[in-house]
Amino acid sequence: MLSRVRRAPPRYWLVLVVAVLLLGLPSAATSFQSSQWTQVLIFTIAIMGLNVLVGYSGQISLGHGAFMALGAYTTAILVSRYHVDYLLTIPIAGLVTGAVGFLLGIPALRLSALYLALATFALAVVTPSLIKRPEKLTGGVQGILLVPPEPPQFAKDAFATVTNGPQMTSEQWLYYISLGVGAVLFWLAWNVIRHRPGRAMRAVRDGEVAAAASGINVAGYKTLAFGMSAFYAGVAGALYGLTTGFVSPDTFPVELSFQLLVGAVIGGLASTVGPLLGGIFVYWLPIISSQTISDQAWIPTQISDVFVKAGPAVTYGALLILIMIFAPRGIVGLLTSAYAALRKRLLGPGERGSGQMPPDPQTV
Amino acid sequence: MLDFLQQVVSGIASGGIFASLALALVLIYNAMGLVNFAQGEMAMFATFIAYTLIERGMSYWIALPLTLLLAFAGGLIIQRVVIRPVERAPVLTLVIVTLGLATLINGLAGFVFGYVPKSFPSPFSVQTISIAGAVVSYRDLGVIAASAVVLLLIYLLLQRTTLGLTMRAAAHNPDASRLLGVRVSWMLAIGWGLASAVGALSGIMVAPILLLEPNMMQTIIIYAFAAAVLGGIESPLGAVIGGVIVGVTVNLAGAYLVGGDLQLAVAFLIIVAVLVVRPHGLLGRPAVRRV
Amino acid sequence: MARTGPRLATLVVSLMALAACGGSEAQTDPGITSSSIKLGVTIAQSGAAAAYGTIANASNAYFKYINDQGGVNGRKIDYKILDDGYNPAKAVPLTKQLVEQDKVFAMFGGLGTQPQTAVRDYLNTSKVPQLFVATGATTFMADFNSHQYTIGWQPPYQGESRIYAKDVVANHAGAKIAVLYQNDDYGQDYLKGLTDGLGSNASMIVAKESYDTTAADTLSQLSKLKASGANTLFIFATPGFTIKSLVIVTKLAWEPTIYLNSVSNPQVYMGLAAKAGAALKNVTSVGYIKDPTDPQWASDDGMKLYQTVIKGCSTCNPLDGFNIYGVAVAYTMVDVLKQAGSNLTRANVISIASSGLNETNPFLLPGVKVTTGSSDHFPITQEQVITWSANGWHLQGSLIDEQVS
Repeated sequence: MLSRVRRAPPRYWLVLVVAVLLLGLPSAATSFQSSQWTQVLIFTIAIMGLNVLVGYSGQISLGHGAFMALGAYTTAILVSRYHVDYLLTIPIAGLVTGAVGFLLGIPALRLSALYLALATFALAVVTPSLIKRPEKLTGGVQGILLVPPEPPQFAKDAFATVTNGPQMTSEQWLYYISLGVGAVLFWLAWNVIRHRPGRAMRAVRDGEVAAAASGINVAGYKTLAFGMSAFYAGVAGALYGLTTGFVSPDTFPVELSFQLLVGAVIGGLASTVGPLLGGIFVYWLPIISSQTISDQAWIPTQISDVFVKAGPAVTYGALLILIMIFAPRGIVGLLTSAYAALRKRLLGPGERGSGQMPPDPQTV
Repeated sequence: MLDFLQQVVSGIASGGIFASLALALVLIYNAMGLVNFAQGEMAMFATFIAYTLIERGMSYWIALPLTLLLAFAGGLIIQRVVIRPVERAPVLTLVIVTLGLATLINGLAGFVFGYVPKSFPSPFSVQTISIAGAVVSYRDLGVIAASAVVLLLIYLLLQRTTLGLTMRAAAHNPDASRLLGVRVSWMLAIGWGLASAVGALSGIMVAPILLLEPNMMQTIIIYAFAAAVLGGIESPLGAVIGGVIVGVTVNLAGAYLVGGDLQLAVAFLIIVAVLVVRPHGLLGRPAVRRV
Repeated sequence: MARTGPRLATLVVSLMALAACGGSEAQTDPGITSSSIKLGVTIAQSGAAAAYGTIANASNAYFKYINDQGGVNGRKIDYKILDDGYNPAKAVPLTKQLVEQDKVFAMFGGLGTQPQTAVRDYLNTSKVPQLFVATGATTFMADFNSHQYTIGWQPPYQGESRIYAKDVVANHAGAKIAVLYQNDDYGQDYLKGLTDGLGSNASMIVAKESYDTTAADTLSQLSKLKASGANTLFIFATPGFTIKSLVIVTKLAWEPTIYLNSVSNPQVYMGLAAKAGAALKNVTSVGYIKDPTDPQWASDDGMKLYQTVIKGCSTCNPLDGFNIYGVAVAYTMVDVLKQAGSNLTRANVISIASSGLNETNPFLLPGVKVTTGSSDHFPITQEQVITWSANGWHLQGSLIDEQVS
């Protein structure tokens, strides 16, 4: 057992450190900061699902905001109208959205990469007006208000004991729920990728015809990927609705779908830690570009004014283009190639490293 | 009955608007097999440049060709600077680059020109003519006429000139073209320049009707996509026919079937239906995938 | 090892955190120091609703003007403006940030029914005043009893439509009414006010068509409305769509009596419509605020003050009706702070704003007063009918006070 621990790749220790940091966060940060990181976790969950679809099975989706909307509205309707326990609605939202995603995956089989991007883009744009229509069900433009759930007493007491301070707030409780859900879904995705479905999807991604010739059920795995990614987006949507406390048509604009795809790509497709990095990037960039820069006293006002006005949009667009040109494999790709280059330097010629597989080429 | 006719005639008029932008999309696809998500924003920005020139006192008839030239140059530069580094990258990278470009240009336009809508002059008057009781304005007819002219020019260019042939060859089979001495990269750049100029013309024709503001093209880009997809994304004639069909269908469905607030959903359905049933559209050729 | 590690870490970190904070309890409400008052807002400054973003900049210009004169009772106003892109999912975390991290005293001038509804419960539970929201959605004023920390400012949309209803019944009895409305809270609120205001005459409405903001144009809807045989048209739309609809009505060779709503009636927009080809015959609206492009206010003191103030905002177009709105509502905000005097607590400020206002505002039409009382939580309810002729709006009759219960 101890020898297994010693031989574990360095990555595993990194995962442990990250896990400890995430667990301890609410006790070190303010309640508001915990809510910010909850948003990061929610994006991470959605991006994990999108990663399976885009990174591993090679299908582009610009419409996952629509799946988040479906999950969020499922939760909102169940909680506010049918008084279902909010925790129960999270898996229900996921399953409903997953089923819809699976069904949508069937016509998607016929669409090549570009056309799929186009069709899902149109879906994202049309989602708000579709939500507005069935007013009796969705509340139309008025939206549905959700009361933030109170932490149960045992959680409040445990938290107070550990931190020797204030009781757990509802924001911190939602943080822990998101963290727990995220951990479970991470484990699920990791196992799917590691075993046969993951290998099959990668085979499909890298060469569909060859995969079919090898006997892989291409249609089955592609629709499975769609359904699975929709499931993740649905769960993320449910959490999104609960943490925001409000769902409405304008809460799910096309920008959300775009953010998810960008997060997946910038984090690093077909990687395990990419989604978390992508979630961090997608959440913090608008805040940094519109607020942090203008808050810095040492930047002259004219320059920071330009940033705030042209702000997130221009920075976002420019950054995206630059990253796609110089680091198309995302942050993870950048880190891996930097690490590989470093190892080659340190270990000298002739040393072939630990024999790990080269990182997945991006063939979407 | 009169209303039905009016819906149809108005649909043809809006179809002209969709077609004019769809032509630019078709040009880009012909040049590099890619749908440019930033086409609308580039067209809008060029229209703002025309607006600024006219506001500074330039005559409309000088500002128009000057803007088209500037747009051509702009499209060329964008291709060289932004697209060329990722030319051979997978589709996903290119999609994100064009989406990033769209965000960038939109934000830039908002920052430089502001968000208050502006009125843009048109060489056509708003007088209307009556077709069997249904009315349409000269301005709308002007948009259709301009689209038809552009269509003709594109057809002549692509099908009847060596340049057009070279461009199409570079798009269909870059490697073979390179072997034959074609400067593939420059063909792509020219394709982008042309598409940008066509988009600029679309913006200039359409701005008097839609009102010039940074989000002007965002309202019609999906309809333009639907038009291009329906007509066959590599066929300019298809774009115009597709535009007319989309315009009429959206109007009729909105007026009689699903209600006026779901017009965009109708366009979405058209896109999905075409892509699933007949991806190459009405006038496109089916793509054959070689193993 | 696996269990004690994280616990030890959290204990250590939390002890550090405890050591960092601690210290004295705040004596005054957050956001108030001896020399400043901190206010916050989330508003759309990018995206489809970005045109409204200038309102906050105009309000800020007025605050700068007041600060240059020494501030309110020696305190300068610090107004933090954040962009929520009209998205409630962004408005919520940004509002929480303003309240919990930036520690603002109050939220002022938040824009949009959906975003402000999303944050209303949170602000009321946290007892942070949600002052003078920039929307006429009736709920923000009508639901005061359940949300006592929230107050609107501009006349409620339903009240405005009731005035139209009264005008139609008085001046165009027997009219056949067609309504074009945006399919959101804004359009629907107006429609409800019209229907309620018509009461037993509601059958005058012979056709209604809605459109979504994603529509390319409203041609299809207006065609249908014309085909219904109506001779009176109500346009409940945001400015862009109003302008386009006015042009389309002219294009369709239709000359109904037109009523349009106050948000879309600034003369700049009417000018754009005329340039684009609208005939603008028989157009009626209501106004409550002075229009910067109207020559009749050229030598008016209030308008001169506005022109001085707006120079403090480099990106604001002085002719834009949204900007005089921003300045006018900021005037009321400063008025409330002055009235609070040295008792600058959140409870006192919201109490004055919701039940103790009696203000004459130099930027509003003469005679319009901003008043609230223990049973009246609608600050502005007076509007005047205006009709369009020869390039300008002309006031008709006198102010009408429309209470909506």
